[in-house]
Amino acid sequence: MTLDAALLLLQHAYDPQEPVHGAPWLWFTIIKILVVFTVLMVTIAYLTLAERKISAWIQDRHGPNRVGPWGLFQPLADGLKNIMKEETYPDAAYGPMFILAPVLSFIPALITFAVIPFAAPLPTRWGLVDMSIADLPIGFLYILAIASLGVYGIVIAGWSSNNKYALLGGLRSSAQMISYEVSMGIAVVSVLLLSGNVSLSAIVRQQVLSGWNAFPLLIGFFLFLVAAFAETNRLPFDLPEAESELIAGYHTEYSSMKFSMFFISEYSNMVTASALLSTLFFGGWAVPFWTTANTAPWAGWKTLVTLVFFALKTSFFLFLYMWIRWTLPRFRYDQLMSVGWKVMLPLGLGYLVVMAAAVLSLDAAGISPVARWAGVVPIYWAILGALNIVLAVLVFFILDRGRIVSPAYGRLDADEIARLQAMSERPITPAQGD
Amino acid sequence: MSIQVKVLERPMQQTSYVRAMLKGMAITFKHLANPHKVTWQYPEQKWDLSPRWRGTHRMLTDENGKAKCVACGLCPQICPANCIKLVPGEDEEGNRYPLIYEIDEFRCIFCGYCQEVCPEEAIHVGRHYENSEYSRAGFVYDLERLTSQTHPVCEMWDPADPRGE
Repeated sequence: MTLDAALLLLQHAYDPQEPVHGAPWLWFTIIKILVVFTVLMVTIAYLTLAERKISAWIQDRHGPNRVGPWGLFQPLADGLKNIMKEETYPDAAYGPMFILAPVLSFIPALITFAVIPFAAPLPTRWGLVDMSIADLPIGFLYILAIASLGVYGIVIAGWSSNNKYALLGGLRSSAQMISYEVSMGIAVVSVLLLSGNVSLSAIVRQQVLSGWNAFPLLIGFFLFLVAAFAETNRLPFDLPEAESELIAGYHTEYSSMKFSMFFISEYSNMVTASALLSTLFFGGWAVPFWTTANTAPWAGWKTLVTLVFFALKTSFFLFLYMWIRWTLPRFRYDQLMSVGWKVMLPLGLGYLVVMAAAVLSLDAAGISPVARWAGVVPIYWAILGALNIVLAVLVFFILDRGRIVSPAYGRLDADEIARLQAMSERPITPAQGD
Repeated sequence: MSIQVKVLERPMQQTSYVRAMLKGMAITFKHLANPHKVTWQYPEQKWDLSPRWRGTHRMLTDENGKAKCVACGLCPQICPANCIKLVPGEDEEGNRYPLIYEIDEFRCIFCGYCQEVCPEEAIHVGRHYENSEYSRAGFVYDLERLTSQTHPVCEMWDPADPRGE
């Protein structure tokens, strides 16, 4: 164990500063809620602009550039437009549920952000203030639980609209979210193996000590990434609102601010998923390649620097979301289901077993998670990373032979061809490769 | 039950999803980093009109500010869309002038025959295209409107100089 790591351990173990409690805790929490809510809403507003700008640039266009300099006030204009628009209530819709649905989708989307530590704790006169709204000891479980609630909003919206497209969208969404939640949970168990804790701040601290999880849990990271895309209903998994087949899916019948609430919840889910990706796999607020910042005692400047790095990491994933959205076409429904159940789930389960075995044997070999080779490279981290690279190459080599996404044409083996031939009067011959 | 399934054994580079995905993402990123923006930013950037562009009309005036038109009646005669209304008048000295000269720009097909046929080089089609109005009636240009236009006029095609050089 090197000096830096030891210092860090000491600092975390014997931090002289007590967390705030009592009345100041309440005040700080209220301030944090207000600030986080405001920042989140503004971020979401500007994400819509970013989405439009990035899509425009990818498609060789200019994007919105009329409202304000470079179109920077476009979100304000959009918001105003949405508030001023007429609310329509379809005659056949079931009123109470129709009104409740956007709320049910909006609230879980916003409250999931509450447990994410977005900066290093801030020392104040009253004690140490956690830079997350609520540093729940069950952190990640809370996110899984609340994120599952989001599907209710979509399903209820689909059902209560009394519209076949909306209903199909809602059904698809429920099937999709349930399928991918399983893989998401399993992908995260590998993170929990390393951190030994479900609290997100503990996961961040573990990564500060023993290196970011993205490398030693490479496949877990990929699984989580795919599942996060599916959970947020973003392309290539945006089947619930597939425009070409379902008009707008579950929010076909919604207009004005109610539509806007679905929109906000989608983007809010995106922000939360990006924040989670950076928290679980990219060190959360940890500053890369700058040990001083990570080991320094809690201070105002440290909170600020870590906040900036957290924002940068999250924005990278937000950008990745948009980049992928404007690149990949939507999956077919059967492809979506088969990727979820036949690829992600077995892969996740197998990976979990392999990683558990690896962690167990590393522990049995007596390698400390914080030990560093030459004072720089964490040994534990490097061994798991090497294992993961081997696994990743293997997995992608095997899977990426037409097995990830089943193509539109059938891939039939000899038995199946014989069976089909028996059913058919005309002979079936596999065409030779072109 | 007759089933005809066309089975294609495709080569690896066609079935690989990861490869196709990475390739696609590289392409989109290339465009993102260096977009070939071809959109014209219209109100700020305007297209250079061809010298032979035939847009809304303009009546040229003499040094006294009066329309050059002598009400010969050739332009309503030649007009294939029948959009020119001309009522000729004559002063005490026997000079003909238009009492009423109206062009319905909605009926006009912008063929430019009126300009070609005009012996006095009075009526011209103009190099101009921003013509919005609040009413249909606004598109019937009267003599006053035609003479007060200031946009450049069309250079008609010259058979001696077909490329306009």
